[in-house]
Amino acid sequence: MAALIKGETGDWELVIGLEVHAQVVSEAKLFSSAATAFGAAPNSQVSLVDAAMPGMLPVINQECVRQAVKTGLGINAKINRLSVFDRKNYFYPDLPQGYQISQFLQPVVGEGVLTIVLPDGEKSIGIERLHLEQDAGKSLHDQHPRKSYIDLNRSGVALMEIVSRPDLRSAAEAAAYVRKLRSILRYLGTCDGNMQEGSLRCDANVSVRKPGAELGTRCEIKNLNSIRFMQMAINHEARRQIEVIEGGGKIDQQTRLYDANRDETRSMRSKEDAHDYRYFPDPDLLPLILTEDYIADIAAELPELPDAKQARFIAEYGLSEEDASQLVEERETAAYYETVAEGRDKKLAANWLLSELFGALNKVGKGLAESPVSAKFLGGLIALISDGTISGRIAKDVFAEMFEHGRDADSIVEAKGLRQVSDAGAITDLIEAVIAANQDKVVEFKSGKDKLFGFFVGQVMQQSQGKANPQLVNQVLREKLNA
Amino acid sequence: MTDLLSLDLAAARDALRDGKISSLELTDAYLGAMEAASDLNCYITTTPDKARVMAAAADQRLAQGDALPLDGLPLGIKDLFCTEGILTTAGSHILDGFAPTYESTVTSQLWRDGAVMLGKLNMDEFAMGSANVNSYYGPVESPWKSRDGGNARLVPGGSSGGSASAVSARLALATTGTDTGGSIRQPGSFCGIVGMKPTYGRCSRWGIVAFSSSLDQAGPLTRTVRDAAIMLRSMAGHDPKDSTSANLPAPDFEAALTGDVRGMRIGVPKEYRIDGMPAEIEALWARGIEMMRDAGAEIVDISLPHTKYALPTYYIIAPAEASSNLARYDGVRYGLRVEGETLDDMYAKTRGEGFGAEVKRRVLIGAYVLSAGYYDAYYLKAQRVRALIKRDFDEAFGSVDAILTPTAPSDAFAIGENDDDPIKMYLNDVFTVPSSLAGLPAISVPVGLSGRGLPLGLQLIGKLFDEATVFRAAGVLETAAGFSVRPAGGQ
Repeated sequence: MAALIKGETGDWELVIGLEVHAQVVSEAKLFSSAATAFGAAPNSQVSLVDAAMPGMLPVINQECVRQAVKTGLGINAKINRLSVFDRKNYFYPDLPQGYQISQFLQPVVGEGVLTIVLPDGEKSIGIERLHLEQDAGKSLHDQHPRKSYIDLNRSGVALMEIVSRPDLRSAAEAAAYVRKLRSILRYLGTCDGNMQEGSLRCDANVSVRKPGAELGTRCEIKNLNSIRFMQMAINHEARRQIEVIEGGGKIDQQTRLYDANRDETRSMRSKEDAHDYRYFPDPDLLPLILTEDYIADIAAELPELPDAKQARFIAEYGLSEEDASQLVEERETAAYYETVAEGRDKKLAANWLLSELFGALNKVGKGLAESPVSAKFLGGLIALISDGTISGRIAKDVFAEMFEHGRDADSIVEAKGLRQVSDAGAITDLIEAVIAANQDKVVEFKSGKDKLFGFFVGQVMQQSQGKANPQLVNQVLREKLNA
Repeated sequence: MTDLLSLDLAAARDALRDGKISSLELTDAYLGAMEAASDLNCYITTTPDKARVMAAAADQRLAQGDALPLDGLPLGIKDLFCTEGILTTAGSHILDGFAPTYESTVTSQLWRDGAVMLGKLNMDEFAMGSANVNSYYGPVESPWKSRDGGNARLVPGGSSGGSASAVSARLALATTGTDTGGSIRQPGSFCGIVGMKPTYGRCSRWGIVAFSSSLDQAGPLTRTVRDAAIMLRSMAGHDPKDSTSANLPAPDFEAALTGDVRGMRIGVPKEYRIDGMPAEIEALWARGIEMMRDAGAEIVDISLPHTKYALPTYYIIAPAEASSNLARYDGVRYGLRVEGETLDDMYAKTRGEGFGAEVKRRVLIGAYVLSAGYYDAYYLKAQRVRALIKRDFDEAFGSVDAILTPTAPSDAFAIGENDDDPIKMYLNDVFTVPSSLAGLPAISVPVGLSGRGLPLGLQLIGKLFDEATVFRAAGVLETAAGFSVRPAGGQ
């Protein structure tokens, strides 16, 4: 997938590293007890600490540390037994303290690895570190003609910054990485992964080089809040850099912003204007020390993660790699599937979920969470198919009814009398009636027009209103016609 | 009136419990004295109405026999402690009009224990200074006068200058101070009173306007060692809101005052005999050593080899932390705002007008020592030296129980005298800074007078969280010195 980009002077390779900011799922902020719910009225979730009132002190929220460690374990990373909170100093109105508490030299989580699946196979992406830091507040520039307003609800909310190695080689790989990371975070319950609400944001470090050459100078594109925009921004930035270099220019190390409306990146600040953040250990906080027992406790609580689940679905359920991979991407989908498949035909369950249910949901633009068909009900339908109560064809009608009215399969089958007829006598009666009514076709069939067999099957099924057991119809019909 | 004011904290406590005096009359006596001595400029804000309400409530409890530990005792509070609904300035223009919606942990514990609040005490801006000449609210004057014939107005020391001058002039029974590099002990020495800086982590820093977070500690300024022990018990204790607060109960420090130091090993560090130290300071120190020896302590010569690096180390670490701690005063949310053309212009004007010269100097030094390319050479190196200084003390405390040194290298000087020479001003802290860097408890006890008739103190330094030994030794030194001279000014 290391798709090369054609330039005027030959092929170029794209090199991408991502910094993902993931909002920690927790009731309270990283260093204060203020709430973190999304969408609250401005400045309604602000403690004295978040507003940096004089004399206020940060106290670490243990739950956020736990979530960070959990995430570290989920990406197979080294958990640092000792980590340190530092102050990153800069002035901005939505940063009340005048510094952000972050982790600079000693993050809570060290190196890890994440496997992404690409059309041509798997690829391991290195993770450099994960650290905890405070989010800033929000400046609102559209509330007043001359003034800016400040909303501090986000101020102090816990973020995990997850930094990848520059191992990604295309926008598609970057997208696969973010999707995989988001999937793991959701499985772990450490970040809700909601990019629209800003719970997951990306900065992309992008550079280009001739294949095999030294790394080029990178530019950082800030605050990408959807996977689609991220890909567009990366591709745009790659083209821009190639044009600059091929035009005889040099890439300046810059921080750039992506404008989705114009599909272009523009310079925010150059290296020369880069802030000197004057990092130093925050003297208000002690170093964070984690014991082996603490880490082992969290490790013991880890849920089955997507890679392990996928392997199990393939090995134990006999699912195809593609189906298994689709089923595990979202924790909710996998959980739904396991409920459907519990005690039932695993492959049939997978097919019904992936094609019928997802197909129907897509048509009405809904997600699995809003599905009118519950996992229990879909499982009931699978059971009716497996035990021969209804045929696959009838099942589709039943499913349509279930999707429309949210009812369970059994009651629909009962109410509409859709139960499959597997009574050989009844089917023989039907077949004899059809043969009697179509003697001309029988003669044609017997004279060698084999294709007419399908006509008889169709007639019988029609007469039975689709309820006749197809296997039985086939069997008896063949006997009668060949008699 | 004079009688009431002459009672120290312990005596007033007993008189109140015995029903000999009421808190209201005691409080009124202090409010009257404060008004009469207002030219010392000790208080930035007085709270007479609140004081009388608190005193009346205390009197009620006292009458019912439910006396709290500090019931009815009128105190002054350094204006670095946030006090709910009451102007809190840190001695700075930049906190104009700031009345917190919250009460610092230390002061809330004092009120919990029944104390009465007289007002907020003047101080060097953001606790930066050694003479209390850096306050936006004007310098504080010491009640002491030199015997050299001049009538110069003397500094009370700093940064807790208002706190020290008020105790010395009897404008409060006792006061709170904060000590970052000597800001309780040096003014204690200049004003002839007791100043106690407890172990770092003993008192909560929550609600105290931060100067240098790894050094700031609250402590009492009092007339006697016993008073300091009483005050500290109420001020100290674990606070989950301060991550650096020690999870230890506050012991009954008063119980440590046994008057018995027999067998106690007192260290005398040779490195504190600095070049140019006045002979009278040297002589006072020698007298103190003799007093302790006479009381049965064993005197041990010790070495604290990295002492000479303490002052430069302090003047890197404290400004570094301050430069970051003071970033929040940006005109956006509270205090002074000077409008500007742009956001940066507003920042520059607000901070330019809001901060005084010494604060600006330290913010600049702090930003410089933390900046890229200088961090390793200054801040990081200073942290390493700090670790060596701590190690010096650790090793010394292997063979001694407490250390005796002078508190300050001189007696009080005139207001304006050292203003043009910040380095000379910084030298005031030369004996107090090492124990601050090591986080150790230390007390200044008035022991004698200089040739000019001004108070001089000696400092006792103890092991981490061993305030008890410090108080015990200090009590013996106090008794032996018998310092009883009263200043000419004040009440």
